[in-house]
Amino acid sequence: MAVDLTSTNASKIASALLLERRRAGSPAMGMVMTFVVVTDEGDHYDALKAARAVSREHPARILGVIRRSARGAASLDAEIKVGDGPSGEQVLLRMSGELARHAESVVLPLLLPDSPVVVWWPGRAPEDPADDPLGRLALRRITDVAAAKRGRAGALLTQAKNYSPGNTDLSWTRLTPWRALLAAALDQYPAKVKGGEVAAERSNPSADLLVAWLTNRLEVPIERAVSKGPGVTHVALTTGGGDIEICRPDGVLAEFTIPNAPNRPVALKRKETAELLAEELRRLDTDDIYQDTVRQVCVLAGHKPPDTPPSLSLKGGDVQRPQRSRGTRKATGPRKRPSAKKSNKS
Amino acid sequence: MTLGTSYDNPLRDPQDRRLPQIAGPCGMVIFGVTGDLSRKKLMPAVYDLANRGLLPPGFSLVGFARRDWAHQDFAQIVHDAVKEYSRTDFREEVWRQLSRGFRFVPGDFSDDIAFSQLHDTIEELDRERGTAGNHAFYLSIPPKFFPDVIGQLKEHGLADNGTGAWRRVVVEKPFGHDLKSAQQLNAIVSDVFAPESVFRIDHYLGKETVQNILALRFANQLFEPIWNANYVDHVQITMAEDIGIGGRAGYYDGIGAARDVIQNHLLQLLALVAMEEPTSFEAQSLRTEKQKVLRSVRRPDRLDLHTARGQYVGGWAGGEKVKGFLEEEDIPRSSTTETFAAVKLMIDTRRWAGVPFYLRHGKRLGRRVTEVAVVFKRAPHLPFSATATEELGQNALVIRVQPDEGITVRFGSKVPGTAMEIRDVTMDFAYGGAFVESSPEAYERLILDVLLGEPPLFPQHEEVELSWQILDPVLEFWTELGKPDPYPAGTWGPTSADEMLARDGRAWRRP
Repeated sequence: MAVDLTSTNASKIASALLLERRRAGSPAMGMVMTFVVVTDEGDHYDALKAARAVSREHPARILGVIRRSARGAASLDAEIKVGDGPSGEQVLLRMSGELARHAESVVLPLLLPDSPVVVWWPGRAPEDPADDPLGRLALRRITDVAAAKRGRAGALLTQAKNYSPGNTDLSWTRLTPWRALLAAALDQYPAKVKGGEVAAERSNPSADLLVAWLTNRLEVPIERAVSKGPGVTHVALTTGGGDIEICRPDGVLAEFTIPNAPNRPVALKRKETAELLAEELRRLDTDDIYQDTVRQVCVLAGHKPPDTPPSLSLKGGDVQRPQRSRGTRKATGPRKRPSAKKSNKS
Repeated sequence: MTLGTSYDNPLRDPQDRRLPQIAGPCGMVIFGVTGDLSRKKLMPAVYDLANRGLLPPGFSLVGFARRDWAHQDFAQIVHDAVKEYSRTDFREEVWRQLSRGFRFVPGDFSDDIAFSQLHDTIEELDRERGTAGNHAFYLSIPPKFFPDVIGQLKEHGLADNGTGAWRRVVVEKPFGHDLKSAQQLNAIVSDVFAPESVFRIDHYLGKETVQNILALRFANQLFEPIWNANYVDHVQITMAEDIGIGGRAGYYDGIGAARDVIQNHLLQLLALVAMEEPTSFEAQSLRTEKQKVLRSVRRPDRLDLHTARGQYVGGWAGGEKVKGFLEEEDIPRSSTTETFAAVKLMIDTRRWAGVPFYLRHGKRLGRRVTEVAVVFKRAPHLPFSATATEELGQNALVIRVQPDEGITVRFGSKVPGTAMEIRDVTMDFAYGGAFVESSPEAYERLILDVLLGEPPLFPQHEEVELSWQILDPVLEFWTELGKPDPYPAGTWGPTSADEMLARDGRAWRRP
């Protein structure tokens, strides 16, 4: 069922939601979060479609926010959908006039009680999401610097400099399969890494994050090479016994190489937005590893890292100075093996 | 390997919870690869794991069966099975990653040549695919062949892991057909494999369900205080199937409902619901608690009064005309195998003294459902007039296992209106609308656990034997009785089951 309300306000929307939910036989029960999608007329269809797909795994009240021209009289229109699709409710809010600058006044009363709020900017994100009026309502703020039409490298650095706990970026989420495979490579071939290289198309925030992550974790310089893409095409880690390599020229199937073992193909597909969001929503606490990584991004770019509470990762947020000589390891306390996983022993 | 065992992977961090654990280099050998289970569940699960990026690069799958197939014929069979049954989309690149690791070994379970060929195939995979000597053997075969296969594995050195490598074995339920056979089976398996290398799977009871029950009980303050004999009147554990025995006549006749489901599945659910809080969620401490509670289970003295069994007869079920059990193909007309079984059990602990646990399972019942219903005592005093609470039943908390996994709470509420009238209402929680769709299938979780060497949440032999100890006298008693009570297909079992509860002043829930 869909209901359109014009020139309305939050309390009318709330009553309409209640009425619709009852009329549809209360399908939208057990919602676990409010998912705010800040979008525009051009993108809202795809963005909300992805959000609905995610709400199958995380039943949510989805609030789509479209801010129109700030000129003219303040006005609020709402499109309500309940019981259409797997679970949850969806409200698309269109705001114009002065109201476009006060979107939070509409969103706040529509948040589900006592449950997490997540804000996602599928397109252009505010420079400091945590200080954005909508961002301030949220526990988790999801940006996507790769969505910027130009100046992606700058966009990543902006997000990195303004990082606050609770921020994440889909460029980071896209890296998970790569990171998992690299970690698995070192599980299989445990060796001291002396250096490495990440090759990707010229403007690719994920590649920059991967360089920062590897630099931060391995404490060695990682080169950034430029390739034709798509996305990240090649990662190499140099060890005394040879290179660990993952090569994905076509964006689909990768070749996995570790020393002393045959080469093997691995499917490494780029994920859909809905899959990325689902991973993002699975945990809503601070992503300490992302925090360490964006601090590293700042340092690699010659900027001061943002002030953040100490991360809980084993590295405790210390960043690697790019000019540091090879092989000198800062005392970071004893590293502990990740708990309770003994993968190669019977 | 360069740094030995003290190496800490710098790319892993306990805080990095996005990174999935990918199994180390390894392969899997499926015996009985032509069977239904293998085609419908195992092969698709392997593909789904690969598709989710959880299989190691170089993972290899060896099929073993009595067929005259070449490697590519086997690959074609897997291809068709995956296309038809896998949960996730078919992707060519994932297929290419997987298919290079497919091998097929034709042969009989008694065929020495075939097993030495299997040995060679595994060594070849270690060289060509880098499986590093790590292999899991999945016995998707009838239990009567276990001794043969396990003996062959031992004889041909297939069960010896080299240094740093592992060999594991997966066995499907049923684990024996009584205590004695379970012990024999265990003796055979444990002669060849160490206990932690033996994975017994009960595919009805997914790890997800086990963890959901643990979370409900031990992550909340709300339920645990009333989870005892002071508040609980009784517990009903039901697994009902709407289907008949289908093509499983050969297996089912002589086994029956109690051995097939109560012995493993329902007693496991009982253990999870009734056990004390484990010291941790490590498999070991979980097992300790489950064993404790299974040890305290007591059967009623009068089995004739507190058990029931039945056999479905033809009729109309769910709008279809169906055959009775004795008319099913390959079932002898004189079969006394039960298709419905119900048992009352007591647990002799302080927490559960005096609280009966009623377990029932049947085929061709009203609908397909598995649930645990904890039924509470009535409020000791109701400050309402008798007419107001006439329709008020007992409060209940129902753990729905399948389909539609979730929780239902039943309690009394005032009917809107001027009169004071109280009636039962239910409140539902589901684990997400289609969450089931994206939550991994039981087989995926199991195969992943086997490959990772995660200690299984599945029972080890002590639990299996304890369960047989509980059930054996009941089964013996039933063999003396002759024919089970008939019940029409599509109903909730024989009247003797209803009488069994009526003797205690209770009634079965309609699930």
